[in-house]
Amino acid sequence: MSNTGALNIAAAGADAAAQDLAGPRGARPKRALSGRNIMIYGTLAVVSLYYLLPLYVMMVTSLKGMPEIRMGNIFAPPMEITFEPWVKAWATACTGLNCEGLSRGFWNSVRITVPSVFLSIAIASINGYALANWRFKGANLFFTILIVGAFIPYQVMLYPLVIILREMGLYGSLTGLVLVHSVFGMPILTLLFRNYFTSVPEELFKAARVDGAGFWGIYFKIMLPMSLPIFVVAMIIQITGIWNDFLFGVVYTKPDLYPMTVQLNNIVNSVQGVKEYNVNMAATIITGLVPLIVYFASGKLFVRGIAAGAVKG
Amino acid sequence: MAATRRPPTLFRNLNAKIAAIPMILTALVVFVGGTAWTVVYSFTNSRLLPREKFVGLDQYERLWSSNKWLISIENLFIYGICSLVLSLVIGFVLAALLDQKIRFENTFRTILLYPFALSFIVTGLVWQWILNPQFGIQAVVRSLGFESFSFDPLYNPDIVIYGILIAGLWQSTGLIMCLMLAGLRGIDEDIWKAARIDGIPMWKTYLFIVIPMMRPVFITTLVIIASGIVRVYDLVVAQTSGGPGISSEVPAKYVYDAMFLSQNLGQGFAGSTMMLLAVIIVIVPWAYLEFGGRKRHV
Repeated sequence: MSNTGALNIAAAGADAAAQDLAGPRGARPKRALSGRNIMIYGTLAVVSLYYLLPLYVMMVTSLKGMPEIRMGNIFAPPMEITFEPWVKAWATACTGLNCEGLSRGFWNSVRITVPSVFLSIAIASINGYALANWRFKGANLFFTILIVGAFIPYQVMLYPLVIILREMGLYGSLTGLVLVHSVFGMPILTLLFRNYFTSVPEELFKAARVDGAGFWGIYFKIMLPMSLPIFVVAMIIQITGIWNDFLFGVVYTKPDLYPMTVQLNNIVNSVQGVKEYNVNMAATIITGLVPLIVYFASGKLFVRGIAAGAVKG
Repeated sequence: MAATRRPPTLFRNLNAKIAAIPMILTALVVFVGGTAWTVVYSFTNSRLLPREKFVGLDQYERLWSSNKWLISIENLFIYGICSLVLSLVIGFVLAALLDQKIRFENTFRTILLYPFALSFIVTGLVWQWILNPQFGIQAVVRSLGFESFSFDPLYNPDIVIYGILIAGLWQSTGLIMCLMLAGLRGIDEDIWKAARIDGIPMWKTYLFIVIPMMRPVFITTLVIIASGIVRVYDLVVAQTSGGPGISSEVPAKYVYDAMFLSQNLGQGFAGSTMMLLAVIIVIVPWAYLEFGGRKRHV
């Protein structure tokens, strides 16, 4: 798509016509140290440093002891590396009277994220498939409502969902929260799957129909195996989104079921006791670790995921 | 013709309809039903539990005479306008820099986008620490000899919202940059060649040719940023909990506090209805431009 030096081709074209045919062809190589390059790379390097700074500060602070933090400079590397803050953040940090550390929040988040990711993707992929290949009357109306609904502030629907969950006996349980995540993940995921399945060649679908495959047969035998990349994209969107959620966690669960983000906030912003900044930063990193690993491991797919979230169908 | 009659319409394509049940329930019950419910109950005097005693616009009058709400709205405006303008400008400039066919593009993009993978809670807590006046940037600059240097946005009610803005921009400009980069990559190479042959300087090409061509990308990005701004909640909770005092409150937090902390459901419903109204004001013109405008071309 992008030719190297395509910008110069037009300019070089005029020169090339005048040159001997045996001479070198193509664009003239650019000097590496032109003023323009220095400006571009310089700006990007400075901006990158600024973006990396918080990660660096978090890391450095979490490896220092409290005396060193009180004396020194937050940007200075630790003189004496200690992993104690990490251990404390994980196992013994307190929220109010409870001193089990972040580990409880971590496992709650796992128990929330894993079923939510599976359920929301299962619902949305089948739904997107029905919308793309088995259109029925009224389908587009519901789909439009779903997409428009994605823009409604969550606060508008918070309390009605409390009532619905209470009626179902699920308010305050992890199952309830999993349902909430599946509901609010539906617009973007359905859009993602619908657009993907629409782009699958129709001949394939028709051939399967002729061979006698039905709704579920085509989904499981053709669509599912063909669209693994889009499932990975959906998983990236959901894992990071649900892991990072705070609002639903705090509204729809009880204190002992709070996800990691809520517990982290309670640990760091608790007013009791002496502030242990190193433990706080260790806890913050540990909470950010899961989405960061997903991000760095997924590379371009993550970008594709957010582009899918942003580009309308 | 065979004698078999076609099945009644309800059962035609039955599997697809079964598969769409979750979507239909979500759309009708949660999105339409929930929204309508909240709007209707914003006209009642519900407190601890929803009640059907209608009191007209009382809740709205109380809302707009509440100091906390007025500060929330003011903060949302400052945060919203700054964050819209800055993230569009910064996002576009970074995308344009990355689009210069440079080396290490992937590395730069990875670095600029990683904060977006982090939650607002993590973002808020990190910046709370960096902006801590006792140990953070202020202390470091002072220790370099600038004794009177003062930079403590999180403890100064007048500028606390800008402290939150710094963290918000750090988290989200990477996303805007990616969207802009996708838009820039969608511009035909021939446009650049033509501009170069005509001797138009690069900044003019960007300003007068490329940006107008990217109008749809800008509008979509604008809508994404705007609908995100209205929701700002976790960032404020983590970074300042609305403080000092109530100087960094935002509407989403006002609504949560009213509903779940101060047992004042009616105020929560009225506040969230106002948030809905704000979103409608942003979305409707956009939807009109996007979908109303397209029909004319077809």
